[in-house]
Amino acid sequence: MRKTLLVASACLMLAVGPVMAQQKTIKIGFVSTFSGPTAVIGNDMRNAFELALDHMGRKMAGLPVEVIYEDDQQKPEVGKQKTEKLIASDKVDFISGYIWSNVLLASLKPIVDSKTMFVIANAGASQVAGQLCSPYVFSASWENDQTPAAVGLYMNQKGVKTAFLLGPNYAAGKDMLNGMRSTFAGQIVGEELTKWPDQLDFSAELSKARAANPDAIYVFYPGAAGVQFLNQFSQAGLKGKVQLYTAFTIDELSLPRQGDLALGVAGAQEWVNDLPFPANKKFVEDFHAKYKTWPSFYAAQSYDAANLIASAVAAVKGDVSKKDEMRAEMKKANFASIRGPFKYGNNQYPIQNFYLQEAYKDANGELRLKTVATIVKDNQDKAAAKCPMK
Amino acid sequence: MLLFLEQCLNGLQLGLLLFLLAAGLTLIFGIMDLVNLAHGSFYMIGAYFAATFTALTGNFIFSAIAAFAATLLVGMVVEVIAMRRLYGRDHLDHVLGTFGLILFFNELVRLVWGPAGMNVPLPEWLNGHFPILPGIEYPTYRLAIILVTLAVALFLYILVMRTRIGMLIRAGATNREMVGALGVNINLLYTLVFGLGAALAGLAGLMQAPILTVQIGMGENILILAFVVIIIGGIGSIRGAFIAALLVGLIDTVGRSFLPDILRLLLSGRSASAIAPAISSMLIYLLMAVVLVLRPEGLFPVSNK
Repeated sequence: MRKTLLVASACLMLAVGPVMAQQKTIKIGFVSTFSGPTAVIGNDMRNAFELALDHMGRKMAGLPVEVIYEDDQQKPEVGKQKTEKLIASDKVDFISGYIWSNVLLASLKPIVDSKTMFVIANAGASQVAGQLCSPYVFSASWENDQTPAAVGLYMNQKGVKTAFLLGPNYAAGKDMLNGMRSTFAGQIVGEELTKWPDQLDFSAELSKARAANPDAIYVFYPGAAGVQFLNQFSQAGLKGKVQLYTAFTIDELSLPRQGDLALGVAGAQEWVNDLPFPANKKFVEDFHAKYKTWPSFYAAQSYDAANLIASAVAAVKGDVSKKDEMRAEMKKANFASIRGPFKYGNNQYPIQNFYLQEAYKDANGELRLKTVATIVKDNQDKAAAKCPMK
Repeated sequence: MLLFLEQCLNGLQLGLLLFLLAAGLTLIFGIMDLVNLAHGSFYMIGAYFAATFTALTGNFIFSAIAAFAATLLVGMVVEVIAMRRLYGRDHLDHVLGTFGLILFFNELVRLVWGPAGMNVPLPEWLNGHFPILPGIEYPTYRLAIILVTLAVALFLYILVMRTRIGMLIRAGATNREMVGALGVNINLLYTLVFGLGAALAGLAGLMQAPILTVQIGMGENILILAFVVIIIGGIGSIRGAFIAALLVGLIDTVGRSFLPDILRLLLSGRSASAIAPAISSMLIYLLMAVVLVLRPEGLFPVSNK
């Protein structure tokens, strides 16, 4: 009797064994903002990540993929808590997402300590690209300085002599002003940092900007704050008098609410929806067909993040315990990035082109963004020099 | 000098807006002894109503009036359904109950209007700017806000100091039981006062709507300032709320504007621009602390209790 039981158990184990192996899923944790006024950004990122999975048949290296989305509420302490939960209780293989630099900085330590593979989909805190760089951290976006540095270069090309700088007072806001300062050759006649995220009335700052009488005003106001800023800029009578240059202020999410105020305002970006790559065309068309909205750069980076993860999983044939092999594959950036081919630098941040984008009205009267010029080619961030990795 | 004048106008505008919020809050607290954390929700509701009516009719002025009336109605309904259960209870119960209302309204707005937020376009004649002095072009709409809020303040003054309802309100603030004992329908008075407070908050919200984006939770940050105002002004005092709101508005705006320059004289440029925003956002709380030390009852205490 006892023998029969043993045999039966053994048979059962045999039957269960392969089933267990087949049930291995690739688990990805995705942290972004899904509530509050900036939830539209998080939703856009989730939509793009889901679209990328659809395009892969929802499988990586033949294994099913499970994505766990967590809401950071745009708060560093909540982001850190959610990140720890993903690592400790969900035991995810990859982590991605993160819109905000301050949330990223708070959440970085648990990820790096647990050696979880990490692909940043937006936040570009300069510290993470520099002294805090890690073999497990890759970026599918940029380092904060890069985009504003491109704006600074473009302002030089336009012959801007004096500029006034405005931005929110948090990690990325400081990076964005420093980045612009690093390339701008003219004189900076004033700068203001505003309380973030709760200050939405910029009347005092706009009055100061006007009193300084600059050639141009440079701003960084992501999300809804960008809508408010353009509104108040126009109400203060500055539109048409002072040229406005922006970083991450006008995108497909804010554009419908900025309306005509966004026309003629210059901005820089590493991805624009009309870049002529087959993968990009497919992405933009399918995104619009599925969600009825146009994807933003947040969406584009999330789509690239999913594909970068898929390239790593494919390289190890689904055995995600081989982290060194996955890293080696990811460093090659061996996937069809929708911003076009790029290379990774020593800090595992993209060396990539930056374009000038502008809003225009298409044939249907809908506001869209288009590429106007290439500002810099193969641009590497300055923080890379501070990263000890070779 | 011109810049200073302009910043004073900006501060005046912020202060008057805060007054609208604080007036309702202080009335409700002073008369009904009710801590209403959900006051910011009426600010948000007013803005959403204005955005919806503007989208439907295209007429901002009409929409503003309709939104004001609608918020008054919502306020009275909330008083009848929810607030009545809270009178006579502990302040902690008020805080819990009205905090629940904040969550309820935020979720309701998310269900009805979606998470993306709305914009309120201004008519052309309000959207421009206006030369008030040679060299100062001030946004017409912000001037309009200043005028409307001053008119509302005057109306409130007359209502509270010169009418029969105002007399009952003042009497209610001093001694509720006695007013009830004299045969005044205290329930109706409470509903009216609460509705009026809600409508004033809604008015503040709908006037801010074209400047800011209408979004979920927009009332929560400004409510903190409104509480600071009524603490400085003295709880229950409309006059105190008015003076304190102006003080807070001016100190916040002028401080934000000039503190970085003053600090730059003392410190290096980079650290001054890093510290200044932090210190200027503390200024009004410093003011509150000083007032609490010198006059714990506020600048214009209501003598009762």
